[in-house]
Amino acid sequence: MSKKNLKRLDLIFKNENDGEVILVKTMARPTHDLINDLIISGLKGRGGAGYPTGLKWKLASEAEGDMKYVICNADEGEPGTFKDREILTQVPHKVLIGMAVCAKIIGAHEGYIYLRGEYKFLLPSLNEMIDDFHVLMNKIGFDFRVKIFLGSGAYICGEESALFESMEGYRGEPRNKPPYPTNSGYRKMPTVINNVETLAHTYSIFKYGPEKFKDLGVQDSRGSKVFSVSGDTPNPGIYELEFGMSVKKFVDDFGDGDAKAVQVGGASGFCVPRKKFDKTKIGYQGKLTGVSLPTGGSMMIFNSSRSMYNVLHNYLDFFVEESCGQCTPCRVGTQQLLLGIEAVKKGERSSEYLDRLLGLAENMRVTAKCGLGQSVANSFSSIVENFKEEMIY
Amino acid sequence: MNNINLTIDHIEVSVQPETTLLEAAKKLKIKIPTLCYHEDLCVAGNCRVCVVEQVGADRLLPSCATPVSEGMEILTNSLKVRNARKSVIDLLVSEHRADCTRCYKSEGCELQHLSSEYLIGEDSFIDLVPLKEYTIDYFSPSIIKDDSKCIRCQRCVRTCDQLQDIGALTVAYKGEEMKVSSFFEKPMYEVVCTNCGQCVNRCPTGALIERNYIDEVWTAINNPKKHLVVQTAPAVRVALGEALGMEAGLVVTGKMVAALRRLGFDSVLDTDFTADLTIIEEGNELLQRLKGALVDKNPDVNLPMTTSCSPGWIKYIEHMYPEMLPNVSTAKSPQQMFGALVKTYYANKIKVEPENIVSVSVMPCTAKKYEANRPEMHASGYKDVDLVLTTRELAKMIQQAGIDFEALENEEFDSFMGTSSGAAVIFGATGGVMEAALRTAYEVVTGREVPFDGLNITPVRGMEEVKEATIKIEDTLPEWSFLEGAELKTCVAHGLANAKKVMDKVRSGEASYHFIEVMACPGGCLGGGGQPIPTNAEIRAQRSKAIYEEDAGKPIRKSHDNPEVIKLYEEFLKEPLGHKSHELLHTSYVERNRY
Repeated sequence: MSKKNLKRLDLIFKNENDGEVILVKTMARPTHDLINDLIISGLKGRGGAGYPTGLKWKLASEAEGDMKYVICNADEGEPGTFKDREILTQVPHKVLIGMAVCAKIIGAHEGYIYLRGEYKFLLPSLNEMIDDFHVLMNKIGFDFRVKIFLGSGAYICGEESALFESMEGYRGEPRNKPPYPTNSGYRKMPTVINNVETLAHTYSIFKYGPEKFKDLGVQDSRGSKVFSVSGDTPNPGIYELEFGMSVKKFVDDFGDGDAKAVQVGGASGFCVPRKKFDKTKIGYQGKLTGVSLPTGGSMMIFNSSRSMYNVLHNYLDFFVEESCGQCTPCRVGTQQLLLGIEAVKKGERSSEYLDRLLGLAENMRVTAKCGLGQSVANSFSSIVENFKEEMIY
Repeated sequence: MNNINLTIDHIEVSVQPETTLLEAAKKLKIKIPTLCYHEDLCVAGNCRVCVVEQVGADRLLPSCATPVSEGMEILTNSLKVRNARKSVIDLLVSEHRADCTRCYKSEGCELQHLSSEYLIGEDSFIDLVPLKEYTIDYFSPSIIKDDSKCIRCQRCVRTCDQLQDIGALTVAYKGEEMKVSSFFEKPMYEVVCTNCGQCVNRCPTGALIERNYIDEVWTAINNPKKHLVVQTAPAVRVALGEALGMEAGLVVTGKMVAALRRLGFDSVLDTDFTADLTIIEEGNELLQRLKGALVDKNPDVNLPMTTSCSPGWIKYIEHMYPEMLPNVSTAKSPQQMFGALVKTYYANKIKVEPENIVSVSVMPCTAKKYEANRPEMHASGYKDVDLVLTTRELAKMIQQAGIDFEALENEEFDSFMGTSSGAAVIFGATGGVMEAALRTAYEVVTGREVPFDGLNITPVRGMEEVKEATIKIEDTLPEWSFLEGAELKTCVAHGLANAKKVMDKVRSGEASYHFIEVMACPGGCLGGGGQPIPTNAEIRAQRSKAIYEEDAGKPIRKSHDNPEVIKLYEEFLKEPLGHKSHELLHTSYVERNRY
């Protein structure tokens, strides 16, 4: 079974019941110190895009608006990702305390958890936790209330600006950027929107100080990361690991001995073939040696029994359905990619058509309106380029 | 704030903050192609045709939606941009039913232009159209909606929402199934659509077009048993030239009349004649309501009274403010007054059986097609107006007939029902009906002309969203003494979003007016849904200028001075609001659903 080369961490999942103490201690500190701590820690957004959290909070604290909001993005919709569910089940109080500190820093009095529709079963326990949290807020005299907003099932609503539209009662369609949420988010007001895991990490950073967090990981990718491990593995599940590991080490630990590819970051992530396991590391793109891949935490392992054509077909099916349909490259491009690989497979178009599709994917990457359309190229190009024969024969 | 400095295609430019890249490029006369962008609408940034490259940035930027920032180096025509743009256009073509040679929009299609410019060829992506089911909605007498030609730019959705505040068109579904639809995907005929046609004016392809009656008109013209009468609305003559290659803002009344005769109409008449008639009927109705309210203290009298010339507005209020229908003037629109008279008074005069008359109108409007088909509009015992053409359809017929429009000598309308005043001409512009009504009503009450220089009631003119004017009535004639010292409060709104603002104020009691003019379209009829495409604020201003020029040059400026109208009352109608008038010139309204 698992060789356990990689150190298991428990920054996130360690059950700590000192929320009130940590909160009171943290709230007493000047806000610029807290922002500094976050910046020093090197914490970046754990949803997958990797925006520096300290900078996000700083910008929102400087923005002007009649109201400000803190939103926890729990619309965990990326295929193969299920870590936020676990965090909200096991340590929701860390998330709430992270939200409260953020509210203090930016000057917000309202917070929301945008909960994925399929996680409706978490509502009773979360609401109970929120009631306790409000008692705590009253006790420490901080005017901050959190509500849960339940999503309706569209993948696109995990995109932050589509999420705001959805909360405002409109169609879940991404907005033009700029303006960014820190200036104009929910109800066009300055908003901090963070992934569940990011907020939980801020708890540890405020508790243990930024250095402890920074000591974990490498260069531009600091701290620990919660991974959702699935696919051809004897040990599927949730694992908190140090950032910066190579895919090889990961596969050695979690693979079934026959891994031919790992999909890092879900349908919108990258496919790493066996020959590149060694050179590919998990982290944000930066100064890492070799190729590094950012991730929201989804690690899907495929062994040699899997058809990568089927894998890609499955992802594209997903995108064709889950594109909001607003912008041309994503709405039509996804359909063309799907029909295109089908046509090549059936011999209706020559294998050169794959090059045309790679060009299309690249154009989608540079022209699409939001992260959804932009990142279709990630899985498409990495699978087609590395498994070309499987696409044709 | 300081200006922002940047370069576009290596040319330096300095613009105000908040300027978009597209606007900055326009300043340099660099044309960036666009599709979802429209000057009248909010920015969507969804077609991605207008993308440009920022040197040093990985992703491209939508120029319509990206504000300038200091030091930007923008390339609008780099290879990266061209490739991406071509790819986007290619994708749009692949989801568009591109049977261009059989398309009504044909060379008027913006996608076709872009496709040709970017050399989209046979090696295109897979044609998605045969793989899907599409709806083509032919049910409306005004507008045809063909989803197979829709490229999802959402201009129509934004038009319906933003300019008209109706939301009859909206986006449904997501991903590959995403489409522009209506409430429960009902046909446009059954929903709150007012048939205003503003969506048609802004659709870049043939997905939204007017339902055309060109062949029906040709057939009628060529039927020797039929007497073809045509009426032309005031706003047509200031825009028709645009559709025939002339610049905006030219009055082409004389050429239009000549062209209509060449096409084979037996009698070329003028809706302006019944515009004058409308003023007499509607003006008297207003005075009667004022008397009822002020003298008789009759609680059943409904004020403010609103105009009823715009069929888009009528259908809107029937859907949205049915409780205020008693406030709408019962006077028919000029088109329908004309239609009712053609098959009665006129038929009798020229000794033609009404069933042998084909009554055609040329309108700047798509809603007029619907109006002519309303069941109420059979006052003559026949369908009062048989066929309604838009300005665009007339232009097409002129082209089909091979007429060199610009070279035509000016001709005059036939008489009778062809003479009109300047007051009728300005019906085509927002505020025009109000101005025309005031010119007459004031004089009826006081015996003097309205106290404005050259009869030009400038407070009700112009493109301001909502205009208000108060006219004080002094030194009345004895029979109108109850209005002595009264201040007549008026309000003018154009575009249904503005109408809604006014109606909400009236309903809440926040505003108290006596008389409200509403035109469904931006700028009034001159910006109607049947007018030449494209439209924008500048073009509408040119058309407006032309309308007021035409008014100023007319020998008769006031509706009640129109000798043909005077004769009509003498010979036929007897008196305003009389028995015959009620029978032929007034109508009723119905409450409609809210979806």
